[in-house]
Amino acid sequence: MAHLDRPHEGADGAASSPAVAFDRAGYALADGRWLVRGLTLEVGARETVVLVGRSGAGKTTALKLVNRLLDPVEGEVRVGGRATAAWDPVALRRRTGWVIQEVGLLPHLAVRRNVGLVPELLGWERERIDARVDELLDLVGLPTAEFGSRRPHELSGGQRQRVGVARALAADPPLLLLDEPFGALDPITRAELQGEFRDLVHGLGKAALFVTHDLREALALGDRVGVMAGGRLAAIETADEFLNSDHPEARALAATFDGGRRGG
Amino acid sequence: MGDLARFLAANRAQVLDLLGEHMILVGIAVGAAAALGLPLGVIATRDRRIEAGVLGVANVLQTIPSLALFGFLIPVPILGGIGATTAIVALTLYALLPIVRNTHAGIRAIDPAIREAARGMGMTERQLLTRVELPLAAGLIVAGVRVAAVISIGIATIAAAIGAGGLGVYIFQGLAMVDDTVILAGAVPAALLALVADAVLGRVARRLTPPGAPGAPSGIRPA
Repeated sequence: MAHLDRPHEGADGAASSPAVAFDRAGYALADGRWLVRGLTLEVGARETVVLVGRSGAGKTTALKLVNRLLDPVEGEVRVGGRATAAWDPVALRRRTGWVIQEVGLLPHLAVRRNVGLVPELLGWERERIDARVDELLDLVGLPTAEFGSRRPHELSGGQRQRVGVARALAADPPLLLLDEPFGALDPITRAELQGEFRDLVHGLGKAALFVTHDLREALALGDRVGVMAGGRLAAIETADEFLNSDHPEARALAATFDGGRRGG
Repeated sequence: MGDLARFLAANRAQVLDLLGEHMILVGIAVGAAAALGLPLGVIATRDRRIEAGVLGVANVLQTIPSLALFGFLIPVPILGGIGATTAIVALTLYALLPIVRNTHAGIRAIDPAIREAARGMGMTERQLLTRVELPLAAGLIVAGVRVAAVISIGIATIAAAIGAGGLGVYIFQGLAMVDDTVILAGAVPAALLALVADAVLGRVARRLTPPGAPGAPSGIRPA
């Protein structure tokens, strides 16, 4: 876990402001039910923060507040130092890589087109898009020559998720949002992809906010791990300290992990 | 059948003329219905009130008996009167419903998660429509055009009653003369035309249905 030694924020000036800052952010449904409340959390410019918690704890809602798929009803979320409300949603989303489980790829487009989508939306030249697509598909181990013209349904689950990660990285966004990206995979493929993901994101120096209900995954990938419960951030610790946390929700999660820990 | 073949052979030039008229009536009407119906179907997916209005009106139009609709249109200025214009207007109204309904259904049937993924990547509403929704709905939209074309080919035979020409001319002549052969000389080519249109557009619809689209054959949704 050598990466834990790195400071949460990069040394250079540009990276000194956090990539994402939640400032007492809250989101409620029309019926008044709060999905996220009073969330305060910063993700450093090169940091991976993982949010864990049960289903319905508000993890996905928190992610969607970052790329303006949802807008906070109280507090604010800042991306690159600017409140999301001040961002044009389209511009914000094009500089924010988003990886989701399964359906994230467009079923009618070949792998190549899926990966090149955001650069295409940004109006890059054809040759530059092609070069970038080749580079990224190589990076995730699915060379264009073999996989570029396949449709998503012609890939395995693991291959689809690799394409999803490649697509999120395509326009070289400073920030990645990942919503249970490996949730539907078998344990072996999942472990492989986790390893690749960690190397990739740390190697590229991206900020990442990652959501999962799997504590093992959270501890493997996160510089810091936050526990969400009932829409609130119950605890946030570095991955190393997490298992020693005395917060009840963190203990409850840690208890699920004991078996896995002996096994691993 | 021998009589029919002899009649068609003897009147080949006229048969082809009437067939041509028939195809023009149907072609213009279905083209106009698509030009109107596609945007209406899209708008109906954007607003609940418009949805109810558009689908309601299209449904009601479909229930008006065709001969009556031709009759109603005769006294209407510009659109109405005796002749092909009236027939095209009436056929367009009939062709509208399947196209509007299928466009609407095709877009509505797209998994909301796909739409959200497209938005989350930074597509504008227009890009979402042209790059995701219309391509995924294309198969169903063409299926709507197919139904519209087949219906219109049938109804266009009635257009001869208001002087619009087409294969219906033989049908009405045959009815007046109580001559089955002449009736069949109109009805059989019209039926064949409908079968050809059905087969061709069915092929197009299948080709345009991408895997993962609503109505795609199998292996649609990877689990």
